[in-house]
Amino acid sequence: MIEFEDVGHSYGERVVLSEVNLRLSERRVAFVGANGSGKSTLARMINGLVLPSTGRVLVDGLDPSRKGREVRRRVGFVFTNPDSQIVMPTAGEDVAFSLRRSGLSAGERAARAAEILTEHGLGGYADHPAHQLSGGQKQLLALCGMLVLDPDVLVCDEPTTLLDLRNKRQFCTLLAGLRQRVVLVTHDLDLLGDFDRVIVLDGGRVVADDEPEPALRHYRKLVG
Amino acid sequence: MLGGWYEPGSSPLHRTPAGWKLLALLGLAAVVFVLRSPGWLGGICAAVVLGYALARISPRSCLRVARTLGVLVAFMFALQWWLLGLDAAVLVCLRIVAALTAANLFTITTRVDDVVSAVERGLRPLRRFGVRPDRLGLLVGLTLQSVTVLSKIAAEVREAAKARGAQRSVIAFAVPFLIRTLRHADELGEALAARGEGDR
Repeated sequence: MIEFEDVGHSYGERVVLSEVNLRLSERRVAFVGANGSGKSTLARMINGLVLPSTGRVLVDGLDPSRKGREVRRRVGFVFTNPDSQIVMPTAGEDVAFSLRRSGLSAGERAARAAEILTEHGLGGYADHPAHQLSGGQKQLLALCGMLVLDPDVLVCDEPTTLLDLRNKRQFCTLLAGLRQRVVLVTHDLDLLGDFDRVIVLDGGRVVADDEPEPALRHYRKLVG
Repeated sequence: MLGGWYEPGSSPLHRTPAGWKLLALLGLAAVVFVLRSPGWLGGICAAVVLGYALARISPRSCLRVARTLGVLVAFMFALQWWLLGLDAAVLVCLRIVAALTAANLFTITTRVDDVVSAVERGLRPLRRFGVRPDRLGLLVGLTLQSVTVLSKIAAEVREAAKARGAQRSVIAFAVPFLIRTLRHADELGEALAARGEGDR
């Protein structure tokens, strides 16, 4: 369960979120809204990358502002641009990097990394320079770096924005098959058909909260 | 960076532990700096070249190294000859060739992950003085990675400047390059935090 209790946030004078009250228990939840509507900020609060100015957030009963470490152990995060997420030169090393504090030996880490990469269609790329992978492969790699830690929740901030249509679909099929609860921030509305719940944000407030079809209808009307 | 990244292999050089290779590289750099005999320096260069053969580096990578190094050395040689005379120029260039080719051989035959682990292990005794070996290891890894990222940003910014016909403008390069670099730093920091790096 992810709970937002009367959450507000501002960067200096600019208010980006206000009076957000949500209880998310569904397996597939999406945040949609215009640029600057506050959806990315809201998503970042789930693992404590951004802390609310007012109100509080609870992830399975834990407050990210006090128990950041425990929360981040449960919540994985995939960003828009995989280039900033990949911190090691080769794909295998980057996935193994996530396991640095797992207590596994270097050999076990490398083996586990290779396993995850193979599972997600990147088998044989373990020794490949990460920055020479295609855009779709890089985003898969970023996802593997998170999945190797086996989190309970996966927050994805516009993970498909830089991908072509085929890779978008592939990425979403992959997301759909995960055991993790997923919170997806996105502009790709046609990928949300199977979602349990879509939350529409506008000007830092929740303006619609429903099943995909009615929520997206509301959003389209809002845009005009 | 002469353009070489890790190339998987099973040669004796690939299998030597990263820590020993790093120490040998540092030792070699120090020796090369101190030596003043062109004969000895030439010998070291030849030994490093033999190392490439021993590691069975692909001819393509060797060619790439030779090309990049050739341009650099030619420029340095001309400059040094003009400023300091022929003998000094030969000495400086032999030093550069020996140190850079050895460093490049190291990066081609060693996984960054292994370097990071070796640095962490080697610095472990310093822990009692408040040094955090894991942080320094991460620093080494990120530094190497940043070389690739920054050169990619520079290439993209240069392309964009060219597209606007501003390839000679310093501002058209420096401003976007700086902004994108800083933004990359922000995003990288966020990604590290999301992967739990700040929590330890």
